[in-house]
Amino acid sequence: MTAAEHLPHRPRFLAAGDTALVVEFGDRVDAEMSARVLALARRVEAAGIAGVVETVPTFRSLMVHYDPLTLTNAELRARLAPLLADLSGEVPAGRHWRLPACYDAGLGLDLAEVAARTGLSAADVVKAHSGAPFRVYMVGFLPGFAYLGGLPAALELPRRENPRLKVDAGSIAIAMAMSVIYSIDSPGGWNVLARTPVWLWDLRRDPAALVSAGDTVSFAPISRAEYDELAGKAQAGELRLTPQPQRA
Amino acid sequence: MKPALRLLSAGLLTTLQDRGRFGYQQLGIPVSGALDPVSLGAANLLVGNPADTAALEIAYQGPSLVVDADSVRIACVGAAAPIEIVGGRARAGRRLAMLESARLTRGEELHIGALTGGAVLYLAAAGGFDVPCVLGSRSTLVRAGIGGLDGRALAVGDRLPLCQARAAEAEEVRLAGLNLAPPPRFRIMLGPQDDYFTPQALAALSQASYTVTPASDRMGMRLDGPRLGHSKGYDIISDGIAPGAIQVPGNGLPIVLLADRQTTGGYPKIATVISADLPALGRLTPGAHVRFEVVSIEAAEAARRAQATELSGLAQRLSPVPRPAEIDESLLQRANLVSGMVDALAGDAP
Repeated sequence: MTAAEHLPHRPRFLAAGDTALVVEFGDRVDAEMSARVLALARRVEAAGIAGVVETVPTFRSLMVHYDPLTLTNAELRARLAPLLADLSGEVPAGRHWRLPACYDAGLGLDLAEVAARTGLSAADVVKAHSGAPFRVYMVGFLPGFAYLGGLPAALELPRRENPRLKVDAGSIAIAMAMSVIYSIDSPGGWNVLARTPVWLWDLRRDPAALVSAGDTVSFAPISRAEYDELAGKAQAGELRLTPQPQRA
Repeated sequence: MKPALRLLSAGLLTTLQDRGRFGYQQLGIPVSGALDPVSLGAANLLVGNPADTAALEIAYQGPSLVVDADSVRIACVGAAAPIEIVGGRARAGRRLAMLESARLTRGEELHIGALTGGAVLYLAAAGGFDVPCVLGSRSTLVRAGIGGLDGRALAVGDRLPLCQARAAEAEEVRLAGLNLAPPPRFRIMLGPQDDYFTPQALAALSQASYTVTPASDRMGMRLDGPRLGHSKGYDIISDGIAPGAIQVPGNGLPIVLLADRQTTGGYPKIATVISADLPALGRLTPGAHVRFEVVSIEAAEAARRAQATELSGLAQRLSPVPRPAEIDESLLQRANLVSGMVDALAGDAP
């Protein structure tokens, strides 16, 4: 154990068996903490520690997967400790994705219900959601599945009481203080507001996952006719989205 | 036509698996891979493959396959199952012994029955199966439709391409002394969220017996037994998931996360099964009893090193299988001794 583990605002190590170590920064969801997690992930990658297999950044922690036959838990902690100093909470410039999103009732299955539960009109829900600058805090749960922070407070509400057995790929949904984008068909309990024709996960593309942690995302409302046209292009592999530089 | 094994029946859940898909968890892609990498490695060893070559993982009920190649050398390691070779040039059927290589020729059929005493069985083919490597692995992840044969479990009529068109005639080998029995207690390390549980829950985890339920799959083994109470709720902000993590959702019943586990999750994880004991856990069938024992990180690391040493010595435990002709000869000499047949099959006569 190092003294760093017990200081406030310093990350701490949590055991996760003999093949993974958690570096936990706290238990909040915010941009500053996410930025520090990602900064550590970059440092660990740059350090090229023999035996580190891969890292998984989440909202508030970095999981380091390692080979226990190459380095022990104690050795890994010793190698990571110096990397924890002065991690910047500053958000580095990354990629910005402006994703077309159709809020039509046929695709935004829960739009009317979300409007009723938040006391807003459906138009105001669309305006608030599509006007928000989101940041990708984590890609996880499913291949390419993106968790976005930055949901306007007026749209915060719990998950659906009855999760759906199937939520279609491309569905854009909200719950708590976040928005998510379903990358593949999956069961799910988030409130679906819209659907993007863009494939978040596409094995014909390298990398297959469109967005990664640290990217920013905003949604551009499109009509159902535009959605159908773009969805056809996406199916044919002809919808190529170019990210823009992130706005400061 | 490319050399292949053709499926006459598919079995319950037959997939291609290697050691897993590493390096993509930050994109949400689960590692997957064999539930029992020890048996996978042994099956590959028997046919001369590197230990991480993709092989068929057969769950609960085996498939039937016909050889659509000049010849192929195979070996099966894992749960016990009746395995028969019929058809082709062989006049009568023969049995394929577990932990023993065998050469099959065109038209011969391999029938694998129901597995007993374990959940999985691995069938390796010399040279491996010729399916695309997706993101560094041939492991099948059915949920995302990637890896293996078209990203799915095998089905009747599938042709599973082989990398080698024929296998040279050579001495077959068998492997002795591979211990696939479950440990009396599966060793765990507490954490990462053991502080989310009551003292009673922590005590129950190391004292009680849990039962594997039929709701288990390659993603997670769902256990039934004393409920583990949370002391500060059961929602955490999602964090990473280690192999063998024991996650406890709101109902208090533990789920041990296995090969196809999600990369991140939002339920507290009370403990983690150590890596040396995960292959044995992956072999358990519904109804099996599981007891846990809390150990230190040092003990976990020592156990893993001991296992690695044992596995690296497996090649020294290979021995030649007497050819059928030699067995026949020795049987003729001792035709009046029924027990002698067993000895003759086990190797040199005393």
